[in-house]
Formats: sequence, structure tokens, C-alpha cells
Amino acid sequence: MTATSTTTVAPSEPVIRAPRSGPAARWLAVLRTPVGASAGLLLAAVLIMAVLAPILWTDDATKIDTSAIGQGSSSAHWVGTDALGRDLFFRVLVATRLSIGLALLATLIAVGAGLILGTLPALVGRRLGRLVTALVNIAVAFPGLLLALFFAVIFGIGAKGAVLAIGFAGAPAFARLAQTLVAGVSERDYIAAARVAGVGRFRIVLRHVLPNIAEPLVVNATIGAGGALLGFAGLSFLGLGVQAPSYDWGRLLGEGLNGIYVHPAAALAPGVAVVIAGLAFNLFGEAVAKGLGQSVVVGHLPPLPRRRPARADGTEQAAQAASDSDTVLDVRDLTVTFPGPAGPVRPVRGVTLSIRRGEAVGVVGESGSGKSLTALALAQLIEEPGRVEAARLDFLGTDLTAGARAHRHLLGTKFAMVFQDPMTSFNPSRRIGGQLAELVREHGGLSRAEARTRAVDRLRAVRVPAPERRARQYPHEFSGGMRQRAMIALGMMGAPALIVADEPTTALDVTVQRQVLRLLDSIRTADDVAILLISHDVAVVGQVCERVLVMYAGRIVEDLPSAELLTGALHPYTRALVAAVPDMRTDLHQPLAVIPGRPVSPAEQPRGCAFAPRCPLATDKCEQEDPALVAHGPGHFVACWHAHG
Amino acid sequence: MTSVSATPRAVTDWARGAVGSATDNAWVRFAVRRLERLIVSVWVLLTAAFAMIHLIPGDPVRAVLGPTASPQLVQAKRHDLGLDQPLYRQYGHYLHGVFTGDFGTSLGSGLPVSQVISQRLPATLELAVLAFAVAVLLAIPIGVLMSVLTRGGRARRTELTFTSTSVVLGAIPEFLLAVALVYVFGVNLGWLPVAGRSGPDSYILPVLSLAIGPAAVLARIVRVEMLAVLQADFVRTARAKRLRAAAIYLKHALPNAVTATLTLGGLLLSAMVAGTVLVENVFAWPGLGSTIVQSILAKDYPLVQGIVFVYGIGVLAVNLVVDVALALLDPRSAIRES
Repeated sequence: MTATSTTTVAPSEPVIRAPRSGPAARWLAVLRTPVGASAGLLLAAVLIMAVLAPILWTDDATKIDTSAIGQGSSSAHWVGTDALGRDLFFRVLVATRLSIGLALLATLIAVGAGLILGTLPALVGRRLGRLVTALVNIAVAFPGLLLALFFAVIFGIGAKGAVLAIGFAGAPAFARLAQTLVAGVSERDYIAAARVAGVGRFRIVLRHVLPNIAEPLVVNATIGAGGALLGFAGLSFLGLGVQAPSYDWGRLLGEGLNGIYVHPAAALAPGVAVVIAGLAFNLFGEAVAKGLGQSVVVGHLPPLPRRRPARADGTEQAAQAASDSDTVLDVRDLTVTFPGPAGPVRPVRGVTLSIRRGEAVGVVGESGSGKSLTALALAQLIEEPGRVEAARLDFLGTDLTAGARAHRHLLGTKFAMVFQDPMTSFNPSRRIGGQLAELVREHGGLSRAEARTRAVDRLRAVRVPAPERRARQYPHEFSGGMRQRAMIALGMMGAPALIVADEPTTALDVTVQRQVLRLLDSIRTADDVAILLISHDVAVVGQVCERVLVMYAGRIVEDLPSAELLTGALHPYTRALVAAVPDMRTDLHQPLAVIPGRPVSPAEQPRGCAFAPRCPLATDKCEQEDPALVAHGPGHFVACWHAHG
Repeated sequence: MTSVSATPRAVTDWARGAVGSATDNAWVRFAVRRLERLIVSVWVLLTAAFAMIHLIPGDPVRAVLGPTASPQLVQAKRHDLGLDQPLYRQYGHYLHGVFTGDFGTSLGSGLPVSQVISQRLPATLELAVLAFAVAVLLAIPIGVLMSVLTRGGRARRTELTFTSTSVVLGAIPEFLLAVALVYVFGVNLGWLPVAGRSGPDSYILPVLSLAIGPAAVLARIVRVEMLAVLQADFVRTARAKRLRAAAIYLKHALPNAVTATLTLGGLLLSAMVAGTVLVENVFAWPGLGSTIVQSILAKDYPLVQGIVFVYGIGVLAVNLVVDVALALLDPRSAIRES
């Protein structure tokens, strides 16, 4: 393994290698996890018992004592004695070696035969390879025990026959695994390179393929050994495996079962031994498989005291003023927090905004700026372990900070969401019409027929052609643009006061984008519906919205009328965003404008302005203090120390 | 690739119950492909069952009759079984027999194999079908409940308890579970009979022995699949519709988790067919499983051959049913699959 580790790129199934660590180190790391450690210990104990027990206790296990025939458990014989007065406790211990040994032998046969069958298609010609694959596919459909019985008939009753039977019965599964692994590795560049270099097929398999599938094979063989052990116990229990005077656990179990009423321990002890040994192999294999494809375990958020805004302080008046009847949504200091491996992460850090009836507000920012999370938080759709907090979260004058459940009907009918990917946002197993109708049946108490009629009517309203027919169709029968229309129609099933559209056009092509935006705009003007349009596309937002909020690193850094976007932006980030939009006058011979650097990760927010590391105007102050969002003109707010008109 | 482009149309028509040419093509292709596979599998099975006797090293007839039997007797028996004929003729005779329901004669009892099988098959079928029903009825509610309770990393302790319990239960082979159940409910508590097939209560232990392990595995799969579906965008849409929690989980999430569950359920069911062999032997259940073991031990090869064939057909039938059910539930996957 070590010799090949330099060229190794592991197949992605079923184990993913952690980058840049030796195989030994990775296996050791598995032993350091609690499950891995206990499974490893258990397995070691079983293996040690297999080696030592026959050396230590063979005499005790075979000593015939006619004065103690078929006894129950006693201080002299912990598990009792069998029909010849032999001590069953020692017999179970001594049987470890034969049980484990035969299982390992059978596993070896299974892996060997499987490997041959699995790599054969890569070695022989295409037609023969296909035949082998087809046969393996048929064989693998039959349960192992059935194959084992089949082979047991052929190879004869007894330990030798049973080893061969269990081994060959396990071969198809390993052949399938080997085929999958080989196919995965064969796609890799270094194999292609070897092939181009004229290396022979056999040599490729031996030198390049096998070393790279060894690890998953070993892991699966460990699990397979557990299965072989159980299978062998089954065959011996049926009387088809180990024959007297030899004994393994299965045989002891079979003998014990006959006297289970008189003397249950004789059946239970070997049964327990089989389960323990089987679990040891299984758990160890699973722990290794999991450990080698380790994923990061997410931590927990400590319970924070809910911050109740003091309703009588200075901000209260300002908030009150904004919260007149014309305000649809009024949010102060919204935060979203998730637990992370290294403590809580806060991707949205204090967003304050309000939207008036019929107003179109855009939110722009790079991916990861927290704009989509803001939208979900406003809609109360962030799920645990995420946490949403706000000093104020009023929707149509109703306080939502206590949670969405109490205001289910209000949110269901008045607060519409349009999601980014129309391809995945509808339930693929239900008809579009039903998915629309469901909303008013739930919240409006409409009958099935009424709800249906309304669904068809709403589909027509968003200009879906042939709405009656379309309502009966499944989502995959809709094109992307049609689906996004249907999504908007879903939002229109109630009588929405606000539509939050999260990147509604990103997944669509340009002409369809325009139609969807025009549709949203016509709904806004016709029904006086407020729209919060979230997009990474400054141009789109500028066309549709009256006001634009620019987000960076979980904060609003500029809030300005969209008319001022092109020429009047004050924040260096906003300017950079606008400058990065190519238009017809962009010189295509020059590289496109980009914003240098990368957005900060929510896990490592700096103390000062989050944009400072990328900002051409940044000074020491920017790195020390985070600027607040302050007014710089009518309807224009900027959070920047260097914002000058 | 052509089938992919034809798919949406085909499914449209299928969904409406209409019969268009696209529908015909896609479904005919699916049926033909599946039938092809079935025929090849049955042929492989038949040939394997036929070859079994000939693959046994040495002379099976000599093995049956024992070393003391006279050569004349062995020769006569070989002639009775047709083993003295050329292989191709034996094969033809065997195939002909299978298609006319003639599996030969049991060496032990002298009864036709088909008669023995038809006597024993119902007991085994009852066991397998009941056990599967119990496993599914336990697994789906438990799996759904667990996915809801533990979604998004909630209730860690519950998740750990559930996962470890189901791993252990799923790893214990059915015959050991059977022994444990016999000990607890038969020997210790004396509530239930531990052998034979008499009243309804004699079914309880064998069915539970077969069902508990697969139920544990299936519940775990249901939970994992449900967790994946609960992450899906359309579940977020359902939540945005502010439906009741039960409607989100049962109407939107569960149907989309069924496909994978069914695929695995089919594997479990065919493994259950084999599991009955061991469980029948624990409970002295008068089915095919106890018969096949007796006949292997008695070297009653025609009977073994017949029962192996029946088990094989059972497994193929389960696979076929699962494939067709999958195709009906999720037309896209079935028609796309090749």
C-alpha cells in the first residue's frame, strides 16, 4: 500500500480518501473514534481468543464426564455440560478458532473468486467481459444463503464443502464490488496514460488498478467476514457444515437447541458468541469505511437567551414611525446563526430593512453574502439547528418573533416565496395543479373543486398556456420558465402582500428571465404587491426595483435608490459590483473587471469592516472599527468610513 | 440516449392514461428488456439446477446407495434416473419435465417431487409474506418518526439509540433471533408455542424472527431517505406553503422516499425467502426449508434440485414485482434505466 500511495487517487465509492495522509495514519485515526476503538478492541479480543483458547482449554473442552451429563449451569460448569458431560463454556471458547478460521477462509475464497470475476471484464475481450458481467449480475440477485445451499449440495456436507460453499456464495457480491471499483479507477487519467503508453491490460490491472481498489476491498472483506461467520454458523446449525467430532458455534447451537427447555444456556451461549464475533467484524468494517470517508460533525449552538427588545428605548420611536399601515415588512437587527465545528457562525449579522406596500426592493451581493439566508429568515423558514433572532420582525403589523407556527394562515396566504431553482422546487411525484390547490385547501378552506378552479385560474394569470391541461401535469413535464411561472402562481394562490423572490431567474435562460421579471413587475403594479427580489445580478435588480440593498458578509452595506446605482453609489463594494457588470460597451479584448480577493467566510468575520481586505480605500480605521449604516442623502444609507458623495 | 429524449412525452401520456405512440415505445422497451432479463435468469437458474447433480464429484447414485450397494443396483438406479443417457438428452428431458411440471421422483419417499413441493410450499409462502408485511408495517412508521425527530441533527441521543439498536438487530441473523425468541417467549414465559404450525399463535415467533432484522434495516433506510428528501427544495416549498407538519412529512416527503425503500425492500424480501430455510428448521415448520435440509442430508438429489429451482423462481418473482412496482411509482427511473 505504501509503495503506491504516491500515485493513489482513491475511487470515490465507497470510500473517499482524505487528502494527503498515509493509509496507516488513516486506519489509526479510525481507531481513535469511540466506535472504531470499541469495535477494534472487540475484534482483537475475538482474534486473540481464536488463537489462545484451543491451546489453553482443549483438554477441558473434550474431557468426558459421565457423572455430569446434560447438566445446567453450575459453579463447576458455567454454561453446563453436553450429552457426554463435556463442559460447554470451554467448548464455546475453543470453538472460536474453528468458527473464525473457517469464516476467514471462506472470505478469502469469496474475495479471491470475486476479484477474478470482477477484473475479468477488464482483461478479456469485450464480448466475453459482457457475458461475465451479465452472469455476475444474475448471481448477485440471489440471496447468499440460497447460493450457499446450492454449492453445499455440490461440494458435499462437511467443513470443507461448507467453506467452499460460503466462499463461492460470497463471490458474486465481491465480483460486483470489484467491477464497480475497477470501472471507477479505469476512468482516471493515469490509467488512460498507461493505456496510451501501450502498457498491457494485465499489467494495468495488476500494477495500476488493484493497488487502488485494495483499500475498499479490504474494508468490505472485513464486513464480509462477519457475514461469512454468520452464514457458516447457519450451515453448521442445519447440520450441513462442521461434522462431529469437530465443533464450531453453529454446531453447538444446533445441539443446544434440542434441549432448550431443559437447559437453555447450551443454545444461548454459542448464539451469543456468534453475535459478538459477527458484530466485531461488522462494526469494525463499518467504522473503517465511515472513518475513511469522514465528514465533519457539526457542533451545537448553546442556548442563547432570547433577546427581547426594550420597547421603550430610542429606537422604538423610529420603528413605530416606520410601522404605519403602509408597511408590509419591518425588520430590525435580524441575525441568523448556525452551529459550526469551531463555534457558532453568523452568516446574517444585523439586517434592518422595511418594505412598503407595492414597493420593489432588490437585494444584491456575491454568493455567500447572506442574502438568501436573509430571505429564508424573513419567511421564518430557517430550520434548526439554525437560529433566527431579530429585535423586530413585523409582517403586516403582526409580530413574528415568537415563531411562524402561530401565524400559519397569515404567512400561507400573504407571504409568498419564489425559489431559485424551479426544477427542484416542486414535488416531482405530485401534479402541479394539486400542489397549487393544496395551499387554498389548507388556508382558505376551499373545496377540492374550488381549489382546482382557482389553481387553473392562477396558472392562467401567470400566462401558462392551456392551464387546464397543465394543471394535470407533473413538474418534469414543465420547462424551467413554465415552472417558475407556476411557482409564482403558487404564491398568487392566496392574496399575497409580499413576494420574496430568491434568485428567481438565475436558473433560466436570458429570454425567459426577462419574461419572468416582467411578470413579477406586472403583478406588483396590478395588485399592489410588494416584492423583495434577491439576486447576484446588479443589472436585473436595477431594472426591476426602486430601491437596492447591497449586502456584504451578512450585512447591508448600502441602501440606495436604484436610479443612483450606476452613478451615485458610495460604497466601494457597490461600485465594484456595478463596474463588474459587462455591457455592450465593454471592451472584450480586455479581461473582464473583477473584484480582487474573495469574500470572507462567515466563520471568520473580521473585527472591522468585512470588505476592508479587498477595498482599495481601506485604512487602519477600517480594519479596527465596523462602520454603521448612516444616511448620506435622501433614501441613501451607506456603511463606509470613506463614503463621500 | 434516445430513450431519454422520449421520456417526458412518454410519461406525460402515461400520467394521463392516454395511449400515444411514445408511450407504447417506452413501455414496450421497458417490458421487452425486463422480459429478456427474466428469461435469461430463468434459463441460468434451470441450467444451474440441472448442472448441480452433474457437478457433484463422484457418482451421486453411489453416494445415495452407499459403498455396500452392488454395481447392478447402482446401474439400475442410474438407468431409472436417466443418468446413463448422453448429457444433452438428459438436459432436454429435464427442460421438458420442468415445463410440464414434472420434476422427477423423490429418492427418499418415492413421491413425485412436484407433489412434495406443492404440499410444503404454502407454509413457506405464508411465513415469507406475513414476515414481509410485518417488517414493512413496522419499518415505515418508525423510520418516518425517527427522521422527523432527528432531522437537522436534533435529538442526538434518540438518534444514537435508534441507530445502534437497529444496527445490532439488523446484524443478528434470523435463526439466532429465533433461538432468543424461543428462549424468552417459549421457555421462560411459556406464552407461545415454539414448534410446528398449528394455531395462529404458532405463527408469531417464526414471523417475528424473520421480520425484526429486516424491519430494523428498512427503518434505518426509511429514515436516511426521508432525511435526504426533507433537505429537498420541494419540501422547503411545502413548508413555505405553511402546511401542517403531518402533511409535509406524509404527503410530500414520504412518497419521494419510497423508491429507494422499495429497492432495498425487494432485496430484503428475497433474502427473507432464503431466511425461511433457517427459521423453519428452528421451529420445525413444515415448509420447503425443513424439507430441503432433510433432502440434502439424505442426498435426495431430485428433491433438492426441485426445491432449489422453486426458491430461485421465488427470488426472480420478487425481483420482477419490485421492478414493475418501481416502474409504476417512478416512471422516469424505470424507463431511463437500462
